[in-house]
Amino acid sequence: MRWLLLKDLQILRRSPLQVVLLIAYPVLIALLIGFAISREPGNPRVAFLNEVPPGARVATGAGDRLPAIGVHDRVCRQVECVDVSSRAEAEAKVRDGDVLAALILPADLIDRLNSLGTLDPETPQVDVIVNEEDPLKARVVDDRIDALLARANLFIAKQIAGEGGRYLNLVVEGGHFSVLGTKVEILGLRATASTLESLRPSVPAAKQPALDRVIRFATLARDNLDVAAPLIDRLAQPIEVEKQSVSAPTPPLDVFAVAVAATLTLTFVTLLLVAGSLALEREENTFPRLTGGLVSRSALLGEKVGLGIAVGLIVTLLMLGGVELFVGLDWSRFGLWLIAILAGAAGLGAAGAALGAAARDVRSVSLLAFMISLPVALLSLVPSGAVGATLYDVIRVIAAAFPFKPALQAMTAALDSAGPGIGGPLLHLAILVVAYLALARLALRRFASV
Amino acid sequence: MQARGLVKKYGAREALRGVDFAAQPGELVGVIGPNGAGKTTLLSILAGTVKADEGKVSSPNGEVGWVPQQAALYRRLTVEENLLLFARLEKRAEPRKAVEEMLELTGLAERRGDVVARLSGGNQQRINIAIGLLGQPVTLLLDEPSVGLDPRQRARLWEFVSGLADGGTTVIFSTHDIQEAERYGQRLLVLADGEGLFDGSAEELREAVRGETPEAAGSDFETAFVAFLQHRGH
Repeated sequence: MRWLLLKDLQILRRSPLQVVLLIAYPVLIALLIGFAISREPGNPRVAFLNEVPPGARVATGAGDRLPAIGVHDRVCRQVECVDVSSRAEAEAKVRDGDVLAALILPADLIDRLNSLGTLDPETPQVDVIVNEEDPLKARVVDDRIDALLARANLFIAKQIAGEGGRYLNLVVEGGHFSVLGTKVEILGLRATASTLESLRPSVPAAKQPALDRVIRFATLARDNLDVAAPLIDRLAQPIEVEKQSVSAPTPPLDVFAVAVAATLTLTFVTLLLVAGSLALEREENTFPRLTGGLVSRSALLGEKVGLGIAVGLIVTLLMLGGVELFVGLDWSRFGLWLIAILAGAAGLGAAGAALGAAARDVRSVSLLAFMISLPVALLSLVPSGAVGATLYDVIRVIAAAFPFKPALQAMTAALDSAGPGIGGPLLHLAILVVAYLALARLALRRFASV
Repeated sequence: MQARGLVKKYGAREALRGVDFAAQPGELVGVIGPNGAGKTTLLSILAGTVKADEGKVSSPNGEVGWVPQQAALYRRLTVEENLLLFARLEKRAEPRKAVEEMLELTGLAERRGDVVARLSGGNQQRINIAIGLLGQPVTLLLDEPSVGLDPRQRARLWEFVSGLADGGTTVIFSTHDIQEAERYGQRLLVLADGEGLFDGSAEELREAVRGETPEAAGSDFETAFVAFLQHRGH
């Protein structure tokens, strides 16, 4: 078997393009994945025009004014602002593609916000100019603007609720209040009730029932308005999220991305190499000569899968080494990486052998391997709930019948301790190895007779 | 090498219908017949790469070397790498020495480092035959060895093969080229529709035709051969 292995390596050496692709592909994938997951998502460029007069402030119902909201600073923390001086300039920048969108705060924005506290409220409105030249960009723009406005609305609601709560607290607890620069003392309901209690003995008995009613009102108001402040605060963000997961803890996104990239690399390298080198025996007409007494069919299959495992291991480790430049990997788990890569490569190699035994030549088997592995790999990444239950069941069956998903699960488990263990995926892969090798053995009979 | 009552079916089609055959050491036997006669099937069964449905093949004197019609070698390896690989797979005690012998025999020692894909069809066929000889076979089976070769290449090939037979190797070859079969085959086996119609020398076949269609027997061997087949309904 070692001489056949040597022969396949010699053939690989004679195919510089194939070797370059084998090395360049994982390195390129490693660089792309590493670059993508090691960078924060970039802020979109947005043209910003503030037409609100400089002195405008949002007024409260008590006649006071809220602290400055600092709209410019808040918006520009979330996007890269490009200040413009007119609507025409904003439109031009959007049209030319200099910016993703333009955000314009109209001059009447504060007046409309202030109207919310009156009997004649108007809807505050900001103007947005976009250039939705393609559906993908349109989606991105819509999502960004929705997120921006949601944050702005939440901030304003919190400011108003906080301010309302502060005044309510003043009414209950008492304190000082400034009117036109003059400090006014507010007694507060709590102090009012105590003061009236202390005065009660000195009030004539005939007037005490009326005083009692006032004291009861002050006490009730104090006690009930105590709970009003937290209620107002809740209005700013009525629903809080408390997340509970029914699955095991998942690994961080960057680790999962590395696992996906490594498994994709392993899939293409191993599957294509094993399928191609087996089909080559048919293309070169050497299969009958080899199996006519020189090697057994099982030994030939073993050699091809062994070749796939060896090259898959080297290329995947190379790819992980490249990713390490961008993302810190836990090298103390290296032993588990090896197990996951070897098991995954064995499963994918066995599948490649079955494909190679079914095809007539290297080109058609390469095409077949791509046509099968790419959609299956994509299907394996479809999360539950993303499609209907029946369709998802079909996807699960397809994904389970191909080694990509268990190889990905094994790789994820090997790279990070979070999530399910590596045992299940390894068992799954072992079953697939046996099944695919049996299929390949069966297909080789046809291979020999055609 | 002996074969008795060989039958092979591909579905409903019978490729061989009870063919008997024998070849002696150092004999050069040509298997001829029209397309679909069963020539390749017979040689594949003798080589052991295809199993007969019925009948028995015995080769008591040792190894059988198989040279398929299409060169069965790795075109991206060099001449030497191909020979070395198969010498090792044949478990030759001294594979490098065996390679040198084959390079000498084929006259391709100077092209040992050339990738096979760059060799001419004739030279590829010589390597193909040399690989078949690496197992030191007593019997060499050649399936249409001269297909695609020009006359000069064909002459060199047959000179090479005749040399092997002179050295004691039994050579059984199939061919479509009737003149070639007459020239190089010491004995001819004629197959048609899976049946063995004739087993003897070219002169014996011509004699058989002379009794059936005298005018054809006086003509060239190919004309005599066609008349022989037509007289038997093929």
